[in-house]
Amino acid sequence: MGDYILLAISAILVNNILLIQYLGNCPFLGTSKKMETAVGMAMAVVFVLAMAGIVTWILEAVFLKPLGLEYIRTIVFILIIAALVQFVEIFLKKSIPALYAGLGIFLPLITTNCAVMGVCLINIKEEYNFLEMLVSSLAYPAGFGLALILFAGLRERIIIGRVPTPMQDVAIALVTAGFMSLSFLGFKGMI
Amino acid sequence: MLEALLLMLGLGGVCGTLLGIASKVFYVWEDPRIAQVENCLSGANCGGCGYTGCGACATAIVEGRAPLGACIVGGAAAAQKVAAVMGMEAGAAEALTSENTCTGGFRAPEKYYYMGVNDCRAASLLYAGAKECAVGCLGFGSCVKACLFDAIKMGPEGTPVVDGGKCVGCGACEKACPKGIMQVRTPSQRILHVNLATDRLAPCRQTCPAEINIPKYIHHIRNKEYDKAYLTVMERNPLPLSTGRVCPHPCEDACRRALGDEPVSINQLKRFCSDWVFNEAAQVKIPVAPDTGYKVAIVGGGPSGFAAAYFLRRLGHKVKIFEWLPKLGGMIYYGIPQYRLPKEILYKDINRILGLGGIEVKTGVKFGVDFDLESLVGGGFDAVLMTIGAMNHASARIPDEDKVKGVIPATVFLRRQGLGDPYPIGKKVGVIGGGNVAMDCLRSSVRLGAEKVYCLYRREVKDMPANKVEIEACHHEGIQFVTLCTPTKFITDHEGNLTGIEYLKNELGEPDASGRRSPVPITGSETVIPIDNFILAIGQTTDSAFADAEGTAASRLETMKGSILNDPDTHQTAIPYVFTSGDSAGPPGLLVAAIGAGRRAARGIHKYLMGEEMAFPGTRLRVDSRRMTGHIPGTVFDSIEGIQKKGRIGQPELEPGSYERQHTYAEVDLTVGEEEALKEANRCMRCCLTCYNIDTLF
Repeated sequence: MGDYILLAISAILVNNILLIQYLGNCPFLGTSKKMETAVGMAMAVVFVLAMAGIVTWILEAVFLKPLGLEYIRTIVFILIIAALVQFVEIFLKKSIPALYAGLGIFLPLITTNCAVMGVCLINIKEEYNFLEMLVSSLAYPAGFGLALILFAGLRERIIIGRVPTPMQDVAIALVTAGFMSLSFLGFKGMI
Repeated sequence: MLEALLLMLGLGGVCGTLLGIASKVFYVWEDPRIAQVENCLSGANCGGCGYTGCGACATAIVEGRAPLGACIVGGAAAAQKVAAVMGMEAGAAEALTSENTCTGGFRAPEKYYYMGVNDCRAASLLYAGAKECAVGCLGFGSCVKACLFDAIKMGPEGTPVVDGGKCVGCGACEKACPKGIMQVRTPSQRILHVNLATDRLAPCRQTCPAEINIPKYIHHIRNKEYDKAYLTVMERNPLPLSTGRVCPHPCEDACRRALGDEPVSINQLKRFCSDWVFNEAAQVKIPVAPDTGYKVAIVGGGPSGFAAAYFLRRLGHKVKIFEWLPKLGGMIYYGIPQYRLPKEILYKDINRILGLGGIEVKTGVKFGVDFDLESLVGGGFDAVLMTIGAMNHASARIPDEDKVKGVIPATVFLRRQGLGDPYPIGKKVGVIGGGNVAMDCLRSSVRLGAEKVYCLYRREVKDMPANKVEIEACHHEGIQFVTLCTPTKFITDHEGNLTGIEYLKNELGEPDASGRRSPVPITGSETVIPIDNFILAIGQTTDSAFADAEGTAASRLETMKGSILNDPDTHQTAIPYVFTSGDSAGPPGLLVAAIGAGRRAARGIHKYLMGEEMAFPGTRLRVDSRRMTGHIPGTVFDSIEGIQKKGRIGQPELEPGSYERQHTYAEVDLTVGEEEALKEANRCMRCCLTCYNIDTLF
């Protein structure tokens, strides 16, 4: 049990996918201007990663490893994640329209999110068992959401602050992201 | 290798099949046009349109929340394809153009000597810039540097000049200007703008009830750009040929030049440039906004109705005018005689407005008789403008005035003359009243063959509200003024025909509310003038009897003394979709005021239809052009320097006493020649708030 908690804390804080591993930076900058969109994006990533993690882990265990086809893992995962996201979108639109409307544009955008791909590959590389994979697939996107929502909160405040013209918008956002990354490095000593 | 290939093929097949099945099983109906529209968009999911991706943008377009040209990356090409899908004409979006609104430049006096960074924004940080004028151009050309398209240059007068051909309306100059002088606007936005106390307005321009940019059009005339001058007038006044002939020009009373010289003959210059455009058949292009899909009914084809129709059409609305009488033009067709405003001249103005397209006209139908508000709403009109004028006459309170044969209301007398069937009058005619309508009746009577024509008025000639030139023309045409009199009784023969009028002489008593001394009849001073006809020209009222009927929509209109009550700013009546302007919003006034009110009514209707804020901004400039009050503080001077006395050009007219003048309806006042017009235009000092050109500059 302790291992799983450790794994979760490691995934959320110590090895934060955004601020330590630097994966998924496009949505980090793109959807962090407003708190509302940041929350939507965080929800969508949690939802999709849980699904993608399970499917890719099973695929690896059933096909790729027994057949010795690890070398085409990346391309297979891309195909699977893309198809899965499309399927989830179609399914949600019909069955849970409220959730579909809530996730909005972020659901299809995740098709090209490297954080999703990254976590799927980490699950395999670290040779997690099924349960560990499940924890990792929920904890990493939770870390993603944490960082994104914190960042959106900061940016909402920065926008009303007195920022010199050359530093406005993306420039100040990148500086802020840098400071956040530095502070998250402090968690390194925890484990 | 083979396994890899097979696995990829298998996975691809399974995923494809599953997605295919899923899309059937989990099918959700959505408008097929959304997918079609989405195919027309750029597909970049850039979010430049303000929506979360192309799909959301396509949905918004189909649901009518976004314009056809919402996709910025796709541009005009995408907009056209989208329009084809939606079955609509995209229409050319209105062009944004930049305009410099300050004419100060080098002539503007300075507060102090500025030595600093050559940039307006830097200069404005020090006591709001070095110019005396708080809202004037600082002249360092920040707008020139801001323009990426090389469309702005510093002109020879020290103010920026915009090259309309190069300007793309990006708005960079407006952002760069610390004084708000550069204004990037669409033609519609310029129409909707009303004079504000924060604008850069010359005294004449503040006074004009139609808010015409007078210094600008006179400047165009000076540069011999007569078509541009005409278009400048048309931005505010769609009846310039008519106004140029009959306007009593309150603007000239505010002319700053009058302090050291005679005022500039502004109205003659308007008439000159408008006549030039029509005589030379110059091509002028008046921009019209893309269709909005709204339809507005205008009840009454008079000047206010036509002005509103013109501006509503230019704002993109479809208009239909309903006119009771067979000819269009209302009071200026039927009320103003041929010798002042020939009918064919008026129709040139009207045809120019109808030439915009999208304005339908139906004559010979009367509101309240042939149609009403219910039928207009049922006919698909989104708003109604009542410009029914004031076609009823006011009573002179003389016993039996509606029974005695030979007593005629001025409205009837002038209308029958306009219809080409003049009322048969005798050799001796009396007219009661001292306004312009009375003058029209007097001068028309001369032309209809009367030998003795009397003007009866209760005060003195100097108190008459009529234009001075009109009173002078009456003197030229041999009309006798009987002033300080109160008619009391009609003298009739045994058949009831009028033979004379008895009146009491008046003396002047205490001043009344208008500041004029009120006349008091002297008992026992009865005098009789022998006359065959008596014309009542002491005012008009609106025929709003339809508002008294029970149970109709029109009965919800509120009226006072016949006039339909409205909000004087938005022109909206008690019924939200009904507006009124011109004489029917009372009291009857000038042609130019009716035109100005027509534009403001069009503004009110446009804002109402588009769901925008209808009230005027708090900084609205309210000038009373009669009492000459309400101007922007500091813009009306007591004296001026640097002006030579040059005198204004005269009014060319038909020879007094000539056959044409006395017996035909030939136009009496003539248009000035080009040389005279240029001479007069050069007298204009091109004033702004406080700046003006002194004569030595030329």
